[in-house]
Amino acid sequence: MSDTQTAEPVLKIEGLSIAYEPGRYAVKDVSATVKRNSITAIMGPSGCGKSTLLRAMNRMHELYPNIETRGDILLDGQSIFSMSVIELRRKVGMVFQRPNPFPNMTIYENVVAGYSLNDIRLKKNQRDEIVENALRNVTLWDEVKEFLYRKGTFLSGGQQQRLCVARAIAFNPEVLLLDEPTSALDPIATSKIEDLLGELKKQYTIVLVTHNMSQAARISDDSMFMYLGELVEAGRTETLFTTPKDARTEAYLTGKFG
Amino acid sequence: MSGDKVTKALLFLSSLTVLLLSAGIVLSLTGGAIPAFREYGPGFITSTLWNPTTGSEEYGALPFIAGTVITSLLALLLCIPMAFSTSLFIAEYFRGTRTAGILRSLVDMLAGIPSIVYGFWGFYALRPLLISTGLTDQGFGIFTASIVLAIMIVPYATSLSAEIIAMVPSELKEAAYSLGATRREVIFSVIIPSARSGIVASFILALGRALGETMAVTMLIGNANIIPKGLFSPGNTMASVIANQFGEADGLKLSALIAIGLLLFAITALVNAAGKFIIRRFA
Repeated sequence: MSDTQTAEPVLKIEGLSIAYEPGRYAVKDVSATVKRNSITAIMGPSGCGKSTLLRAMNRMHELYPNIETRGDILLDGQSIFSMSVIELRRKVGMVFQRPNPFPNMTIYENVVAGYSLNDIRLKKNQRDEIVENALRNVTLWDEVKEFLYRKGTFLSGGQQQRLCVARAIAFNPEVLLLDEPTSALDPIATSKIEDLLGELKKQYTIVLVTHNMSQAARISDDSMFMYLGELVEAGRTETLFTTPKDARTEAYLTGKFG
Repeated sequence: MSGDKVTKALLFLSSLTVLLLSAGIVLSLTGGAIPAFREYGPGFITSTLWNPTTGSEEYGALPFIAGTVITSLLALLLCIPMAFSTSLFIAEYFRGTRTAGILRSLVDMLAGIPSIVYGFWGFYALRPLLISTGLTDQGFGIFTASIVLAIMIVPYATSLSAEIIAMVPSELKEAAYSLGATRREVIFSVIIPSARSGIVASFILALGRALGETMAVTMLIGNANIIPKGLFSPGNTMASVIANQFGEADGLKLSALIAIGLLLFAITALVNAAGKFIIRRFA
């Protein structure tokens, strides 16, 4: 990959403001960039707007009624608000706080759910290949290859969450958004997901919301700190953690609130 | 005795009363039905005769079982599209909006209208309408009764289905949306499959209500003690033959009516148990 490509941001957020009700902003005038093939962590206390900002990146925030969005987000230079949401969400996949495999589908069906939901017909061998690749990428293949036709809900929480990552990357998206993906998992399952993200960033650009500071420090390349809807500070994770510029960032990082 | 123990004893006694009451109802029904079953044996259920002339008395329950099953199933068939789409509207498509709230109150209001009022409406509004189509002379019969019955069970099926649909976790819907699914795809690929058994159960419970519904059906079905010959043929249901004839019944006829009551009780209990079983497995 050439240097110019690496330098060019995948996502460019420009003056983004989001209100759930008129005048009450969850995200206030945020401008930031997300670099290709890196992990960007969004941190901040509960209610700071970090999840809303993440959800705006594939327009999931629009599921709420009466949402008001100003500003813009560019994906590879194109405004995501000018794309069809369906197309956008195939390019920008998402993993949620609690593992949510479809309970009525088998493991196999869960991985290709994105295709079946969108009525995309694939040949059996194409599907097999997608399923195996996605499950290998999330290091789940060896654990589940014997039970591909059993329901995904019988897996452990950590396995379910990796299945959800597999489901999200089966479309081969550019960006993978994760909304506190380990908050419902035990430490071992958490470290498996963290290792996995380190591998996945070679192929995808990852944006991760977390309220776990040490997780952000461990795995992210860049960090954003949000407070009361504002982006207080953003930069290289090392720099932000060692020499924060803003007093609020420092107070948060040293555990004075959060 | 401590206060706790007194409360426990009182609660136990009240629950025991309920238990004894239901056992008592079953016992007296069974006791009353014995002469008819002793006289006709299992043939009582399969016989189509209903002859109250003294000396040549002959009673069979089949016309009424048929009438009950046909009107209830027909009502269920008519109810499904109305209740299913209304519950989707309330619990998913317009969830949380004022429109859905108003619709939900209207549906609940339908459930509160007394049976006799439905019967009245069927008699004076629906019947003339059906006569004017030329399909029926008198307007009484299976079809008329089924339509009114369908309207009467729509609120039960709707509010139960709506509750089940609203219970589908939002995480699953979000997962589907995040994979690029449209609203229609989320409804048909995620919500309906997840809620399927609950929706089926809500229709079974609605069927349970239709089976025992008496007053409105009695006013509209035509009260002919025969197996209905067609959609517009008059007939009679188990509940309505009892309502019509118990006042002047004694002896063997009374026992036959009680036996029909016992059979109706058994059928309804079975259907309700099936519905509850499915709901419990779902929830």
